[in-house]
Amino acid sequence: MEAMQPSFRLFSARRLFLTRSGQTVLSAAAVALLAGSESLAAEQKKSGAKTSDVSILNTALGAEQEAVAAYQVGAESGLLQKPVLDLAVQFQGHHKAHADLLAKTVTKLGGKPIEAKRTAEYKFPVETLKTQADVLRFAAGLEQGAVSAYLGAVPLFANRDLSKAAASILGDEAMHWAILRQALGENPVPDAFVS
Amino acid sequence: MPKFFGTAMFLIVAAAPVAFVLAADPPRGDPVRGEKIYGRCMACHSIDRDRTGPRHKGLIGRKVGSVPGFNYSPAMRKAGEAGMVWDEATLDKFLENPTRFIPGTRMGYAGIKDAQERADLIAYLKKASAGS
Repeated sequence: MEAMQPSFRLFSARRLFLTRSGQTVLSAAAVALLAGSESLAAEQKKSGAKTSDVSILNTALGAEQEAVAAYQVGAESGLLQKPVLDLAVQFQGHHKAHADLLAKTVTKLGGKPIEAKRTAEYKFPVETLKTQADVLRFAAGLEQGAVSAYLGAVPLFANRDLSKAAASILGDEAMHWAILRQALGENPVPDAFVS
Repeated sequence: MPKFFGTAMFLIVAAAPVAFVLAADPPRGDPVRGEKIYGRCMACHSIDRDRTGPRHKGLIGRKVGSVPGFNYSPAMRKAGEAGMVWDEATLDKFLENPTRFIPGTRMGYAGIKDAQERADLIAYLKKASAGS
């Protein structure tokens, strides 16, 4: 796809940065925000809002599990070429990290993390994915939705540590979305605000 | 009747239709703008398939919490059992603040506060969700 060539060059530069720095930053920061916070569980046990927070976290967990499966489908489609394939695998790794953290936090709060479905159960529209651009557009839609979902969750958490962690994940999803838009030849950051 | 009360009554009666029109005239939705807004829903929803949230195909006129095989929250099921149906009015209230309109819903989303955006989204949902 000729229109995507400039984006590939950007990808190459970004890939080096992302592969060196991205994989550890989120987990270290987020674990500190959530799973490592002993006060979180103690505080939540006193609060009637625990059930609500667990419910929101489990909803986010379900979406993250689906994203992991979607990137797997994309990676195995044979439609993604390097370095896009490497980025897709890296983004999948981020979603796995989000899902792991969300599951641990649900458990810490006394809830039961929902289990991931088998890939076939997600019923991805694979019949519509015929080119690399199709896969990227599908992934971009998921990432855009994830940004909005976390944005909508941030003000609802009873515990502000959870809001902060959700905002941290939101930032990561927004970067995914921007890079996927760039790869599609679209304005990577079309607006001053996300919604 | 004193003249003052007569004038006041006239003003009230004359103003009532205007107030009614203002109160009962929600923004007209644009499905094209609504499709763009639907992008916000796409972490969890799809028109055609159940995901973290239920599919939207057939949404308008559907009893709340009634997509076969979807694992709803007890709150959502109870709302449907009580007779709530998804239409423009219920969608508008739900989308404005889901957890306030149906406490206990698993849709942990703060809501769309802009009435025009809700109208646009509902216009898109009406168009895209047609059929069962």
